[in-house]
Amino acid sequence: MTILLIAAALLSQAAPIAPPGVSQAERTMGSRLFARNCAVCHGSSGEGGRGPALAVPRLSRPTDFESLGTIVRRGIEGTEMPSTRLSEEEVRAVAGWVLSLGEKPIEQSAGEPRRGEGLYRGKGGCAACHVVRGQGGSLGPDLTDVGRRRGAAHLEQSLLDPDVEVFKGTSIYRNAVSITENFLVVHAVTRDGRRVSGARVNEDTFSIQLRDAGGALHSFFKAELRELRKDWGRSPMPSYRSVLTPGELQDLVAYLLSLRG
Amino acid sequence: MTRILAAALLASVAAQIAAAGGQRTVPYERIRDAAREPANWLTYSGSYRGSRHSALTEINRDTVGRLAPVWVYQTREPGAIESTPLVVDGVIYLTEHPHIITALDAKTGRPVWQYRRPPAKGVVGCCGPVNRGAAVLDDTLYASTYDGRLLALDLRTGSLRWDVEVVDPATGHSLTAAPLAVKDKVVVGVSGGEFGIRGHLDAYDAKTGTRAWRLWTIPGPGEPGHDTWTGDSWKTGGAATWLTGSFDPDLNLLYWGTGNPAPDYNGDDRAGDNLYSNSLLAIDVDRGVIRWHFQYTPHDLHDWDSNQVPILIDAPIDGRPRKLVVQANRNGFYYVLDRETGGFVRGAQFAKQTWAEGLDPKGRPIRRPGTAPTERGTVVYPGLAGATNWFSPSYSPVTGLVYLQAREDYAQTFYKATTPYEAGKHFEGGNTREIPGIEHRGVVKALDAMSGTVRWQFDLFAPAYSGVLSTAGNLVFGGTREGTVFALDALNGAPLWRFMTGAPISADPVSFEVEGRQHIALSAGQALFVFALQPLPRADGRGGP
Repeated sequence: MTILLIAAALLSQAAPIAPPGVSQAERTMGSRLFARNCAVCHGSSGEGGRGPALAVPRLSRPTDFESLGTIVRRGIEGTEMPSTRLSEEEVRAVAGWVLSLGEKPIEQSAGEPRRGEGLYRGKGGCAACHVVRGQGGSLGPDLTDVGRRRGAAHLEQSLLDPDVEVFKGTSIYRNAVSITENFLVVHAVTRDGRRVSGARVNEDTFSIQLRDAGGALHSFFKAELRELRKDWGRSPMPSYRSVLTPGELQDLVAYLLSLRG
Repeated sequence: MTRILAAALLASVAAQIAAAGGQRTVPYERIRDAAREPANWLTYSGSYRGSRHSALTEINRDTVGRLAPVWVYQTREPGAIESTPLVVDGVIYLTEHPHIITALDAKTGRPVWQYRRPPAKGVVGCCGPVNRGAAVLDDTLYASTYDGRLLALDLRTGSLRWDVEVVDPATGHSLTAAPLAVKDKVVVGVSGGEFGIRGHLDAYDAKTGTRAWRLWTIPGPGEPGHDTWTGDSWKTGGAATWLTGSFDPDLNLLYWGTGNPAPDYNGDDRAGDNLYSNSLLAIDVDRGVIRWHFQYTPHDLHDWDSNQVPILIDAPIDGRPRKLVVQANRNGFYYVLDRETGGFVRGAQFAKQTWAEGLDPKGRPIRRPGTAPTERGTVVYPGLAGATNWFSPSYSPVTGLVYLQAREDYAQTFYKATTPYEAGKHFEGGNTREIPGIEHRGVVKALDAMSGTVRWQFDLFAPAYSGVLSTAGNLVFGGTREGTVFALDALNGAPLWRFMTGAPISADPVSFEVEGRQHIALSAGQALFVFALQPLPRADGRGGP
């Protein structure tokens, strides 16, 4: 019985979701709602961005039209995908539109993932700061499932201009997404003159925690600090513009897209 | 004479104890005179005045450093507590979930009784199954359920006395507010402004549960104000009554705020002011009729409910003593009204807003053009959650300041859409989005009660969903989104004490006494935290007990 259930689950994941009959009016509504609510992260054509590409033959999370609707409505806990306050009809229209995007898949990356993995570990030095499946440094975000979270164009842009990955403020603050994924660079000066810089790990009204370049954790009550400066919009990651060739960049992006948890 | 009075008092207390089988009861007079017994917390805001202020002074600016948790009560079922506990003679009554009400020994945190019913099903409330608290009157505890029922429980045992339907959840109604017990009635407000309900406020006979009156917050055909709606829009126009109001025993008037008109973001089919949405209503508590109204945001298009707890203040203005009612409104303005007439006295902006040039001499907002939601989106300050929201404000007669949790520099993009009405479905006519890059934050603000001028403010990290409590010890207690309970200096906002509970705080603090010691209570996440002063170290250095 268990085997049957697993097989059924695998089958349902492997097959593209068949879109139900969608009227022209629903398509129009879905397109409009997608542009307003979804495109900012998933790209105007579903090519991906801060959120994963949706113009793909098979979506990675939903298993059927219902579960796609549930994701649209409730978001995905533990990710940046928020819930919405759309009506049932609107949710259905958005889900239908998302499925229609997959009818014309957008090429995600022309690179070669295996070469990209070599660059990740070698020339790129990415593992010094990033973790993949429990291996690597802890200064930057865990990339184990980055391919499920980001689109190709956004990853490429992040490698060329890492600042685009950094939130510009805390207005994105939500319970679902830990501030520890914000990776804001902060500079603290204690009352006795000690200077500590690093990526913010957490913060509240009265305290802040940060990790320095050596991986050490520092925690301060703000009352202990003489100065606290935040590099809003600036990433601690260097640009790879002059490090990797355009071809190598494609390979690295292809490797990152292959990381799906 | 003294002996006669004492005998009468003893007889009265004895009668109260006898009626409750050994426990004192809470007749209306005790709630009316709640300010005389700060050891208890007898009604949602601590008193009918809506001030959430404690006259206790043991915990004060000099001693607050010794404040520490004395016990924590954790619920067994998931779901955050948003409730204000009541405290009656050493027992705490907590609506920990809309279907679970628990009485706790205030000294130890140990449950005394618990009332449970099956969790509500099929309710489509806007914001989840929450409950904000109970009411007590005589020997009975009153609480509403998420699926629309008002319950009366035996105060001593939690045994159900009666259970009546207030609203039908199938039509988008729900109940989340703490009822208000006044004289021989229990007044309860309704939720459902996002579902196109026609709002109302109900009063029930406290003994029998029979409905005494229902006041529709949207006038029907032929009633004054009906012409502020077009077509049939009045039938689905919202104006819910989803928080707890205040009461003036001398004027015999309830003061109750109303919520947004529906659909929230699209006013095309409801041209006009849409009375009595986003208003303060002064209501004759015996008859359930409106004595006067004041509408804060006519024809609202941004979901700026005006349900925030109104605070009753008696103070001189221009040398003349006045009975006033004040409110810091979700729309970004603070209002001082005459609570006898409803006349506008003063108003002031207290947080960033971009939708109005100001208020005219009658308190009506002077709208800026181009601030209505559109298909393409309109950026407006404040966003839908407002410059403040349901969490309670506080007023200290010691400092003359109103304290509140506000959102500062808070914008959203408002979109308009067309939503047909369907019973029990969202009926919002649009939606809103956050604006990446526009930073907003929570701020505790202290406003001069008479002018609304910001006297001091204390910045929080993230916008908070905790109310505030002021005390005669010149402290202001509150909580943060990240889980810290804090005490600020009521005079200047300086942080004096904090405790990290470990879970987001979405509840209002209270204060009371147990065996002569002042306590502070505030729920965080799924737990009720109770604090008191640690004893001073003994002279022999061996510490406390």
